[in-house]
Amino acid sequence: MDWPYLIASTVKIVVFAFMMILPLVALSVWAERRVSAAIQDRVGPNRVGPLGLLQPVADGIKFLLKEDFTPNHVRKGYYWLAPALVMIPSLLTCAVLPFGSSLFGEKMVIADLDVGPLFVFAIASLTVYGIVLAGWASNSKYPFLGGVRSTSQMISYEICLGLSVIPLIMIFGELNLGRIVQYQAENGWALLPLWGEGLSLKGFLLAIPVFISFIIFTTSMFAETNRLPFDLPECETELVAGYHTEYSSMKFALFFLGEYAAMIIGSGLAVTLFLGGWSLPFGWLTPEEGAAVPIWQGLVHIGVFFAKVIGFILFFIWIRWSLPRFRYDQLMRLGWVFFFEIALANVILTALILMFVK
Amino acid sequence: MAIIVKRPKLKWWEQLYLPGIVKGLAITASHFVATLTGKKKVTMQYPEEKWDSHLPDHYRGAPALVTDEQERERCVACQLCEFICPPRAITIKPEEIPSDDKWAKVEKRPKSFDIDMIRCIYCGLCEEVCPEQAIFLRKDYAITGTSREEMVHDKKRLYEIGGVREGLVNKWNELK
Repeated sequence: MDWPYLIASTVKIVVFAFMMILPLVALSVWAERRVSAAIQDRVGPNRVGPLGLLQPVADGIKFLLKEDFTPNHVRKGYYWLAPALVMIPSLLTCAVLPFGSSLFGEKMVIADLDVGPLFVFAIASLTVYGIVLAGWASNSKYPFLGGVRSTSQMISYEICLGLSVIPLIMIFGELNLGRIVQYQAENGWALLPLWGEGLSLKGFLLAIPVFISFIIFTTSMFAETNRLPFDLPECETELVAGYHTEYSSMKFALFFLGEYAAMIIGSGLAVTLFLGGWSLPFGWLTPEEGAAVPIWQGLVHIGVFFAKVIGFILFFIWIRWSLPRFRYDQLMRLGWVFFFEIALANVILTALILMFVK
Repeated sequence: MAIIVKRPKLKWWEQLYLPGIVKGLAITASHFVATLTGKKKVTMQYPEEKWDSHLPDHYRGAPALVTDEQERERCVACQLCEFICPPRAITIKPEEIPSDDKWAKVEKRPKSFDIDMIRCIYCGLCEEVCPEQAIFLRKDYAITGTSREEMVHDKKRLYEIGGVREGLVNKWNELK
């Protein structure tokens, strides 16, 4: 047994997943409510704790104390399984995200896999099973319709999500997220090639397909996490609450938290791929690959990563309270007719640039 | 007759959606910034901030009985308010003023005067109908209690809320 490795991994899992991601989930629920309030000229929850920051704690206590009601007409086993299946994949995917350079000679990533993005897509697509099971096991019409919608939506947009990342993988020539970030730290972020090797004609030309990729990736991410403007699986006006209509108490909370966790992981992935992960712009404080990093630099890198993720979450929230919901046929048209084709053309465009521009 | 709604013909960049999205984001962002910097007036934080100082003179709050400068209770138990009260919130039991009293010539006064604040709709008809200027709607609006009994204002409580009111017409004065 490799004890030091196991202990280091456990510490990283506990610190990253349970002490950073989960509080961030609670914080983003609070931010969602406060930001939406500010956008709509309201105040929002400001009673519990300073600035209402303890509101998620109060919500959590409320969810735990509520009656955990299981309707008589549901398929019990699947009904109980579904919320867990929504929450777990979201947390599992954070294993490959590099959330910092390194601390005490330990790489700040739980599992330094060489198939980073693929792992994320593979695990994240399991979320759809949770939603399908919830819709099916609830055995009533609105959850069923929500489940059906969600399935088709998530499967459609997973294709765009995967295709939009291919140009980036071609540019980096790398599937290890840690090394992707290292490359961006040295040669300019994918979206901001203003230093290192990025500062060239090739770098600027490549920024065009990367920008298209970024738009497709972000939009698909909204669809994957069932956020507005693509929250058709749970749109209140048509489907009561969609796939979680029959759920109450902590089981509902798991769906709710799963959505936010997926949002955070999605933001983390977008930041890692497009915005240089934990690196500062213009190559500031960039360590040599494999070199020792002073503790304060490691901490700065972790802070930078989370600052970027929080910025991205605020963008998610901002979009949610600005745009109305798509119609179902528009959603499918956008996914299959536009994004799918554009993403394919984008791959070819990237290949051409890589081939002809030296 | 059917109305044919004309669909605007969109330019190619408008069909991209992106300019529209950016415009929408700009609007919400301006609201967000305006609210954060306090330029936009938002909801009043009720228990800390109250309307009290902004209440207009004609505000209709809890009805109350008043006494005048001579410390005479102005109500003569004519029961007009009891009769006009739309939700029948007022209950008056009149009694005779004994002949040795200073105000014996007024003849009548309320023995008990109850206003059920659960029923009261703050319409102000009691104040309007009163021929003696005895009942007024005050600016108290947060009338609360933990039981139904507590929500019935009796005569003592009504005079407590109403207090002394000066400058009213004194038709029962000795001088007149």
